[in-house]
Amino acid sequence: MAHTLLQMKDICKRFGPTVALDRVSLDVTAGEVLALIGENGAGKSTLLKVLSGAHRADSGHIAIEGATYRPRGPLDARKAGIAMIYQELNLAPDLSVEDNLLLGQKGTGIGSLFRQQQRQRVVETLQTVGLGSLDPTAIVGEQSVATQQLIEVSRALISNAKLILFDEPTSSLPQKDVAQLFEIISRLKKSNIGIVYISHFLEEVRNVADGYQVLRDGQAVGGGRISEVTDSEIISLMVGRDVEDLYPKIPHTPGATRLRAKSVRGYHSKQPATFEVCAGEIFGIAGLVGSGRTELVRTLFGLDHLVQGSIEIDGQVVSGSVKNRMKLGLGMLSEDRKHEGLAQELPIIENATMGSLRRYQKRLLLNLGERDRSALELIEKVEVKAHSGYQNVSELSGGNQQKVAIARILHQDAKVLMMDEPTKGIDVGTKAEIYRMMGELAAQGKTVIFVSSYLPELLSVCDRIGVMARGNLREIREASDWTEDSIMAVATNSER
Amino acid sequence: MLNKQLWKLGPLIALIFILVFFWAADYTWGQGQFLSWRNFRVITNSAALIAVPAFGMTIIIISGGIDLSAGTALTLCGTTLALMLKHAPNAAIDAAAASSTVDFSLWIALTLLLMMATGAACGLINGALISATKVVPFIVTLGTMTIYLGIGQILAGESTVYAPKENIPDWLSLCYTGRIADNYLIPPVNLFGSEIGFKIPSSVFITLILAASAGVLMRHTVFGRNVFALGSSESTARLCGINAPLTIVSVYTLAGFFVAIGGLLYFADVKNGNPSDGTGKELEIIAAVVLGGGSLSGGRGSIIGTMIGALIITVIRSGCGLLSIPNTYTLIIIGCIIIIAVVVDQLRHGSPEWFFRLISRKSSRYS
Repeated sequence: MAHTLLQMKDICKRFGPTVALDRVSLDVTAGEVLALIGENGAGKSTLLKVLSGAHRADSGHIAIEGATYRPRGPLDARKAGIAMIYQELNLAPDLSVEDNLLLGQKGTGIGSLFRQQQRQRVVETLQTVGLGSLDPTAIVGEQSVATQQLIEVSRALISNAKLILFDEPTSSLPQKDVAQLFEIISRLKKSNIGIVYISHFLEEVRNVADGYQVLRDGQAVGGGRISEVTDSEIISLMVGRDVEDLYPKIPHTPGATRLRAKSVRGYHSKQPATFEVCAGEIFGIAGLVGSGRTELVRTLFGLDHLVQGSIEIDGQVVSGSVKNRMKLGLGMLSEDRKHEGLAQELPIIENATMGSLRRYQKRLLLNLGERDRSALELIEKVEVKAHSGYQNVSELSGGNQQKVAIARILHQDAKVLMMDEPTKGIDVGTKAEIYRMMGELAAQGKTVIFVSSYLPELLSVCDRIGVMARGNLREIREASDWTEDSIMAVATNSER
Repeated sequence: MLNKQLWKLGPLIALIFILVFFWAADYTWGQGQFLSWRNFRVITNSAALIAVPAFGMTIIIISGGIDLSAGTALTLCGTTLALMLKHAPNAAIDAAAASSTVDFSLWIALTLLLMMATGAACGLINGALISATKVVPFIVTLGTMTIYLGIGQILAGESTVYAPKENIPDWLSLCYTGRIADNYLIPPVNLFGSEIGFKIPSSVFITLILAASAGVLMRHTVFGRNVFALGSSESTARLCGINAPLTIVSVYTLAGFFVAIGGLLYFADVKNGNPSDGTGKELEIIAAVVLGGGSLSGGRGSIIGTMIGALIITVIRSGCGLLSIPNTYTLIIIGCIIIIAVVVDQLRHGSPEWFFRLISRKSSRYS
C-alpha cells in the first residue's frame, strides 16, 4: 500500500532580502518518483538543503511517515532515512568501495573483526544496483563516474534509506549509463523507496518520474501526474510565460567560406577532421561525450597542440599561440564554465575583458574608466542580471555566468565563435536567449560553431551539423537532412 | 552582509586598533614613548625592511605562487653588496687604490648593478623552474631557499662580511636612518624658536615610491591585470590567450628586484652581510602580505594592504618592546594575529558554515 513518505508544508526560507523558498509544499509517496523541475535559482537546491539539514527553514513543517522532522545536519537526515546524491559525488576517492559503503555505519568500528560479516551485506547491496561484478576492495577513484554514482546509491541503500534525492544525476553521464541509472531507479521504486529527482531535461523526467512539481522563484507553481501534462505546459510553468519561441528563428544566410580545417589532428585527438564553415553560418558538432568534439575545438583554438593538418581563416593560415589565433578572429567558450570558462573570484568586468585589454592601453597605462564603461555596455547587451559589474562571477547563477563568458568573446570581437556546450546546466529562459544571440551573430556575418550533446537544440539552431564518433568527424549534412535518430545512428555506430 | 568596500578597509582598521591599543597601554603602564618621533622612525624603518620585499611577494601571491626563497635571496643580495664594498678601491684608506684604474664611484655603481642582478637572477631561476617543471612554487622555492643560503655562505666564507666604515657611502646610510650626525634628508625647520622637523627616514620614501609604482603596475597595466587573471584561474587565463609561463617568469623576476632593494635596506641597517640572517625573513614577508588581505590561493592581494600588514607586525613588535613584554611572547602575539586575520578574511569570502548558521539563525529570529 502506497503511503506518504515525506510531507513538506509551507516551507519558507529567506537569505537576507532574497526569498529562496516561499510557502513550498510537496508530498512524496513511497514507491514513486517525484520530479522536481525548475530553472536555475528557482529554489530546488535550497529545498534539498533544507531537507538535508544544511539550511534550516524559517517556517513550515516537515514530516517523515507522519513524524515531525527537524534536521540539524546531515546526520539527522541519515537517521531519518534520507539520502542525497549530488551532482558532485561525495565519495572518498582514495578508499575502497567497501570502505566507502561502510563509512559511518554501525558495527564497523573495530576494523577487520566484522569485515567478513559486512562483506556479505556489501556484495548484496552492490548487486541490487547492478554492480555485482565490482570488487569491493577496488579503489573508488579508479571507477568511472557512472559506477561511482551507483556506489553512492548503494551507500544510501546500505544505510536503509527510505527516501533518495537525486540532484541532476545525469548531467555528467554518457547516454548508456543514463539508461542503466533509470533501470536502477525503477528497481528502487519496487522496493518501496521514495525518490525525488531533480533535472533540467524534460525527456528524462518523462522517462523516469511518476509525479512532478515545478518550482519558480521559490514558489511551487504547479504539480501533478507527469502523464497528464505536455512538455510545453511544463516549460511555461517553469518560465512563467509561453515559450513557443524557445528556438527563435533569426534569418541569416551563409556567405563565403571563412574557416577551413584540413585534416586537423590535435595532440589529444584520435583522428584528423576536415571541414569548412562559412561566414554567417551556425555549424553544429554533435556526438557523444568523449567523441573528440572538445578536443577538435581546442586544437583549432590552440589549447591543444596541432599535430597535423592546417587551419585557415579567410585565407590566412592559423598557427601559434592562443593569443595569435585570437588576433585572427577565433574565440572560444569553454565547456567547463566553472573552472576554465571564468575566473570565479574575479569581478564580472574583469572576466568580460580578460585577455583583450590592450585596446585600453595608452602610454603603457590602462584607461580603467573606459574599460569599465565598454564592459558594462556589453554586459547590459547580453542582459546579465547582477547588482553591479564589480560583483564576483561566483555570485551569479549559471545562466548569468555563461552570459559573462559570451560577453568576453563579443568583447574580443571574434569572427569565429566556437561554443562548447554553451547551454549545459542552464535554465530554459537563458537557453532561448543564447540561441537568439547565436542567430543574431550569424546574421551579422559571424561564424558560430556550436558543440552540443543535446540534439533538439542542434537540430533547431544550426544550419549544418557534423557528427563525431571515436575522434572522427564522420558526416556533415544540412540540419534539415538530420533527425535525432539518424544523428545517434552515426554517433553510436562503432563500425567505421 | 557588510559592505564590500568597508571590508577592504579591514587591515587599516586593525592597524588603527592596534595603534590605539598600544598607545593606551604605553600611556598607562609604559613610559609614554610610543607616540614619539624616535619610535616613529624605528617603526617605519623596520616596516620598510619587511614591506619592500613584501611588495614582490604580493605580486607573486596574487599570481597564485609563493616564494620561500625571498629571505635568503635578500641576504644574498646584502652579502654581495657587503663583499663589493669591502673590496672597493677607496683612496682614503688604501694607498694602492689611488693608482687603481677603477674609480670609487664607478665601483659603487657596479656594486648596485651587481646587487640588482643577483636579486633578479634569484627570481628568474625561481620563475623559470616553476614554469618549466610545473612543480608547485612551494617546493621549488623551498629548494632554492637553501641553495641561495649555500651560495651566500660560500661567498661570505661561512662568516659575516664586514665592510669598512669609510667604504660605505653616506647616501647608503641615509637610506636607512634618514640621518647621519645632523644630516637629515629633509632638514628640520626652525619655527618660533623650536625645531620642527619630520626626521623621516629615507627608507620611508623608498617604500612609498616603490609602493606607488607596484600599485600602478598591478592596477593600471595589462601585465598587472594578467597576473590577477592568472592567479584566479590559470586555465581561464590560458583560454584568454595570456602567456602563462612568460607571466610567471616575469612575476618572479620582478619580485627579485624588490628583494634586491630589500637587501640594500638590510645592509644599510646592519652594515654587514650575514647570509644566514635571511632564514625566517620570508615568513615575516609572507605574513605581511597575508595580513594585508592577500590570499595564498591567488588572485587576491594589494600593495597598500601589504604595507599596512608590514606596519601591523612592526607596531606590535615595537609596542611590546616598550611595554617590556619578552620577545618570546611577542612572537606568540604576532602568530595569533596572523591566524585571526586569516579567519576574519575567510568570513568575508565564502563564509564557513558555522558563521553562516550564526547569521541565518539571527535573521530568522528577527524577521
